Amino acid sequence: MAETTMTHTSQMEPRPAGWRGIAADWASDQRAFKNVSWGKAMMWIFLLSDTFIFGCFLLSYMTARISTRVPWPNPSEVFALRIGGSEIPLILIAIMTFVLISSSGTMAMAVNFGYRHDRRKTAILMLLTAALGATFVGMQAFEWTKLITEGVRPWGNPWGAAQFGSCFFMITGFHGTHVTIGVIFLIIVARKVWRGDFDIGRPGFFTSRRGRYENVEIMGLYWHFVDLVWVFIFAFFYLW
Amino acid sequence: MAEATANGLGQHALHATHAQEAAAVATTDTHQEHPIKLYLVVWAWLFILSTCSYLVDYFGIHGYLRWSLILIFMMLKAGLIVAVFMHMAWERLAMMYAIILPPILVLVFVTMMVFEADYTLLTRIAFFGPGP
Repeated sequence: MAETTMTHTSQMEPRPAGWRGIAADWASDQRAFKNVSWGKAMMWIFLLSDTFIFGCFLLSYMTARISTRVPWPNPSEVFALRIGGSEIPLILIAIMTFVLISSSGTMAMAVNFGYRHDRRKTAILMLLTAALGATFVGMQAFEWTKLITEGVRPWGNPWGAAQFGSCFFMITGFHGTHVTIGVIFLIIVARKVWRGDFDIGRPGFFTSRRGRYENVEIMGLYWHFVDLVWVFIFAFFYLW
Repeated sequence: MAEATANGLGQHALHATHAQEAAAVATTDTHQEHPIKLYLVVWAWLFILSTCSYLVDYFGIHGYLRWSLILIFMMLKAGLIVAVFMHMAWERLAMMYAIILPPILVLVFVTMMVFEADYTLLTRIAFFGPGP
């Protein structure tokens, strides 16, 4: 990392707008993301790679669904719940969607209060986000249990194409794992905020480096990504 | 750092780098401040859009209208989350293109797999007949 890597926008000559500016940012021996810290840039690149993983899952689901001769089970009926004597289609999935969106909202506000160095509000909002995330995972566990007792397996199900089960368990399982990891990290970062680690510059337990309030935003990027993936799963797997 | 010492710039250059880094940190630490109201508005919109996409299923809309509505609501939700919640709208253009362009290129892969899946379906129908 030569000294050029540390330039940031205020000390730099103005760049042309649009594509020419992008070319100028990327050209020659310098740091491409000028005003983005390494932590944030690396989280974005990790999320990009994760996008490809979920993209491949949804692609393989699409391929399986197009190429089967057997009719695909109707998700609207499969995920219906009997509440008060009538079948309501997809109601559990809709509630899960609202829970996850709410957790994204509280996370965004936590990031905002983090930059205002409001430790109390940041930590409380992050713990609320974690609680909503845990609720989501709990509802997913309920959904899995319901489907497994109804006879859905990765190799078959009572309603139609056998690939339905493998796609469902793979996609929602991987997403649920992401949510679970996110909840654990939220609790860890919330504890650091609560203790004031980012104010006194206490070294982290894993990297031994001093954290900043930007860590809350990097955590938020991951959490919003989990919500983003659910938007696509909801559209392609449950509604299509 | 390795390059700096290798070039013989020595300890002074390193100190200067750290000072600049600290300055950069100070700016990045504060530049993402937006009013809370913005987040609440986006939150409300996400709720409205989710309700709309749920109603598509609830009212049993079918065919191309269903698919286009699902895709429109999905893209609007994804755009709001990435632009506002993930602060992409305020990032530098070089960063936006580096992150958003590659996933769009996945559409090429999607096209390839649509052809491949259609071909698989055709061969299955040819060999096993049209459905069980």
